[in-house]
Amino acid sequence: MKISTKWLAQYVNLPETPVELAQRESVTGIEVDEIIQPAAGLKKLVVGQITKLTAHPNSDHLNICQVDVGTDEPLQIICGAPNVAAGQKVIVALPGARIANNQKIKRSKMRGEESQGMICSLQEIGFDETVVPEEFKNGIYVFPDEVTVSLGDDVYGYLGMDDTILDFDITPNRADTLGMRGTAWEVAAMYDEQPHFQHPQLTEAAQPAQDVLKVNVADQQLIPIYRTRVVKNVQVKPSPLWLQIHLWNNGIRPINNIVDITNYIMLDYGQPLHAFDYDKLAGSQINVRLAKPQEAFQGLNGQDYELTDQDIVIADEQQAVALGGIMGGNFTKISDTTHTVVLEAAYFDPVHVRKTAQRHNLRTEASIRHEKGLDLSATPEALDMAAQLLTQLGEGTVLKDQIIGAQCPLELPKIKITTARINHVLGTQITQAEVIAIFKRLGFKVTSQGEQLVVEVPLRRWDISLDADLIEEVVRIYGFDKLPSTLPVEAQTPGHWEPQQQFYKAAQATMRALGYDEAISYALLNQTQAQAFTDAETTAVQLAWPMTQDHEFLRQNLVSGLLNDLVYNIARKQTDLALFEQGRVFQKVHAQDARPQEIEMIAGVKTGQVAQSNWQQASRMIDFYDLKGDVEALLSSFNKQADISFVATDQLAQLHPGQSAWIQVDQQIVGFLGKLHPHYAHQLNLPATFVFQLNLEKIWQLPKRSQIDHPAPKYPAVTRDIAIEVAKHVTNAAVEQVIQTNAGPYLTQIQLFDVYAGENIAAGEKSLAYRLTFQDPQATLTDTVVNQHLAAIQTALTAQLAAKIR
Amino acid sequence: MDLKQTLNELRQQGLEQIKAAANLEELNQIRIKYLGKKGPINQALRQMKTVTAEQRPQIGALANTVRDDLQTAITQTKDQLNQKQLAVQLAQETIDVTLPGRPRALGTAHVITQVMDDIEHLFISLGYQVIPGPEVEEDHYNFEMMNLPKDHPARDMQDTFYITNEILLRTQTSPMQARVMEQYDFSQGPLKMISPGKVYRRDTDDATHSHQFNQIEGLVIDQHITMADLKGTLELVARHVFGQERQIRLRPSYFPFTEPSVEVDVSCFACGGQGCRICKYTGWIEVLGAGMVHPNVLVNCGIDPQVYGGFAFGLGPDRFAMLKYGINDIRELYANDVRFLEQFQGE
Repeated sequence: MKISTKWLAQYVNLPETPVELAQRESVTGIEVDEIIQPAAGLKKLVVGQITKLTAHPNSDHLNICQVDVGTDEPLQIICGAPNVAAGQKVIVALPGARIANNQKIKRSKMRGEESQGMICSLQEIGFDETVVPEEFKNGIYVFPDEVTVSLGDDVYGYLGMDDTILDFDITPNRADTLGMRGTAWEVAAMYDEQPHFQHPQLTEAAQPAQDVLKVNVADQQLIPIYRTRVVKNVQVKPSPLWLQIHLWNNGIRPINNIVDITNYIMLDYGQPLHAFDYDKLAGSQINVRLAKPQEAFQGLNGQDYELTDQDIVIADEQQAVALGGIMGGNFTKISDTTHTVVLEAAYFDPVHVRKTAQRHNLRTEASIRHEKGLDLSATPEALDMAAQLLTQLGEGTVLKDQIIGAQCPLELPKIKITTARINHVLGTQITQAEVIAIFKRLGFKVTSQGEQLVVEVPLRRWDISLDADLIEEVVRIYGFDKLPSTLPVEAQTPGHWEPQQQFYKAAQATMRALGYDEAISYALLNQTQAQAFTDAETTAVQLAWPMTQDHEFLRQNLVSGLLNDLVYNIARKQTDLALFEQGRVFQKVHAQDARPQEIEMIAGVKTGQVAQSNWQQASRMIDFYDLKGDVEALLSSFNKQADISFVATDQLAQLHPGQSAWIQVDQQIVGFLGKLHPHYAHQLNLPATFVFQLNLEKIWQLPKRSQIDHPAPKYPAVTRDIAIEVAKHVTNAAVEQVIQTNAGPYLTQIQLFDVYAGENIAAGEKSLAYRLTFQDPQATLTDTVVNQHLAAIQTALTAQLAAKIR
Repeated sequence: MDLKQTLNELRQQGLEQIKAAANLEELNQIRIKYLGKKGPINQALRQMKTVTAEQRPQIGALANTVRDDLQTAITQTKDQLNQKQLAVQLAQETIDVTLPGRPRALGTAHVITQVMDDIEHLFISLGYQVIPGPEVEEDHYNFEMMNLPKDHPARDMQDTFYITNEILLRTQTSPMQARVMEQYDFSQGPLKMISPGKVYRRDTDDATHSHQFNQIEGLVIDQHITMADLKGTLELVARHVFGQERQIRLRPSYFPFTEPSVEVDVSCFACGGQGCRICKYTGWIEVLGAGMVHPNVLVNCGIDPQVYGGFAFGLGPDRFAMLKYGINDIRELYANDVRFLEQFQGE
């Protein structure tokens, strides 16, 4: 809402400048978004009169004007506006003037003729296109004859541009400031001033309005207030300049006196009004009802709408002539020939208005006010004030009485509160007298019964119904800056993360220590990305109305987001990358589940070189075992009592079928790792990339390894190397399994230290070399014992894996 | 030549040779030559039988002295040679310490994580529990329990990603207020919690909007929690994050789930409140929303607002990170350009 401070000053004394007012209001009630000074930056714009006009000899559309700007000599100004004429009083930019957009006006020659300035349109001096009256939209502005102007005067005062306009960013609870009178109450409370308003003093004709118009309101719940007045013999013409200024300074285009009056009253009282052309109504009865399904309606914007049975309409005997609380219809709109006007002031159910406005994408100044809430006590007065203005500005005759189609009872809420309660909530020591004074400043009636205060709140503050609402009023007027600063004093509470959260954070720390940067990616992805890297029989979670296909599905894996990050980096010439993310994936176990499971995961991606080549070492590309080493380090950091295994798989379509594995803990799959399938990598334009993902929740549930001290061994360990030759398909895991089960009680470690195939090894075979460590915690192991166990291992390897001992 | 003279000559010769020894090996040869079992001193002593009885002690003493002198000279020379050899070895082993070390990559925590962890640590130190909540939320908790019934116009303030009519991506962490309060047993003491996490809004991504961002919800409920306590708590947060000299300012605002509601500004840390581009020449920067928990929310959670009450706040780690580190485009936080990520090495 744009608040003209000049208009405001008519209602309340303003002890500070508009800028100070804006600052104070921002910390007291409503944030002021912008302070607009229409004349700011403009220079040398004066009133001039065109004394003589001749056609430009070298142009078919330019005119040479002699313009009296109050100086001895008239200025010669070339003007191309279609509406320019001799005798007009106009806006003249003198040589050296600044007009809108900081444009400078200089003497110039136009097609050989001198021009000593410019005759301006309203747009050229900074008016928004949307507020310029129709007749001046495509030409220069012409001052109306009835306005007394002095030639050579600055134009700003005449056009209301010397005003300072405050843009109030109104929160949904403060619709009371959607009108100047409500704003005046607010500002008066802030400054501890008394607002003063004019009230209508209407002269009515003898003829009752009921004689010419009947009103029938079908549903008094949906339309709690519906009142009209009929004004005859109205002359339609432009509004006086003062009224036009009030409108354009508040962002509304002046149209004609009738429409302008309804808009002016809306700005003044916050009560939207509508004016119908009585003679265009079919019959003499207005029906306020819900629309019929598919009922047609043409708005005064010229658009056709197909209504539903949830839209409130005002209808004559044939058709809908207005959409309740939103917009009038084209058929009954005010025109130059209008003689009799029906003025409507009503209160329509805000939810219906809001839904209708949404349904038809039709937000108007009226609908905004209806949605946000009106001052229900203002309806009759706003209607009368509009009628009075119609007599003053349109020579109309007001028929007797308002026609009341609906009027709900009005009751002021009475809220009980104590000063002790206020201080209890705020942590202040405000006195009862101060509290009462604050309520009085706000225009609330207070009666006290001992400690108890009963506060009667006017209907314009419909947002106040609870003691908490009153406390807010007290604290904001009292001043947030006077609020003490304390910390809660209460029983001590232990602060902590949940152990599970700590576990996730530790996993993040390990990943960082392993050289991975943390990424935070979008959880909403396209369908392909969201469902990649999953084989589980889970159902994806899809948005009902996504904004784009790129963000339509909730991720079921973390890897896809990280791959997006890789793509982004590689496009920017970053090649050696290691990223991890810790976050949730979403999956429905059953399609009919209302909500998906949210599972905490950790994932990593790596591509490029292990280390860039440097003075000591040659570069080497990352491979599967680099990533596996990282995963093993991460897994060991969890310190879980569990058997971890990596089981080759070709089940994940996005991974290389020969270089990927399930990560299993105690036979249960907790994640995967592998190389991106070359085909998939190619689609993404990625080089060789390795990825893993672990389900942290599953791992969290595993038992922790016991942390009881085992003394460091006193007796020496014995190591033996064993080299074998086996068929290529025999896995390391299989070999270790045989060693483990045949090693006897003393084997503590198996370390693979060489894998070789090629020269000296038969084709289809490979050589594996292991270092085995044996240790007896109770005694020194003898060679005899160790050799016995080693022999058993060798025998088993030969028997079970056809291994040749080398 | 008598024995005495022989010994003296041996000493003379030996000392000269020891002195001339070029290395440990030579020295060792000299030691064996003079002091070995078959060495001249021992041989000389074997000739003692040829010496008269009264000369024997003298000769014996002399032989011992000669042996000791030689032994001492050898030890000394050995030390010298050792030191010389060490010096040579050290010189040979000298490297260029300015050559770079073998690279070890260290990963960086995301700047949002850093900011969130920092704030979470602060609240843990103040005795708050950290309770995360679901990102896919029910309309019931996200809106209705938070005093935003179905037709509430303030729902328009938050464009929502719906999954079904009743299920949505949470637009705020506030639903955790309701989830925690309706379960909380106040006989266990006051409720003090924060709930950090991701939230989602149906916004088009641009420099200042992101369809995904983070919030940290805070909630304190007890019998004597005041708005002054809220102010003090937020002052602490603002100073912790933005510097000890910061002031805060509360301004009235509107949230359906708090009453009174406030926006909280912090005095501009770029200009100290003088007014600059960052604070749009106001001296203040809006950093979070807060208020006293609305009685309707308490009632919805089964709590008597006449007995219990407290404050709630919601702060945006993304915005905090952007302000603190001068990040101008929120999309940078989610693009994960490593050159961006690795700037923030932690404090």
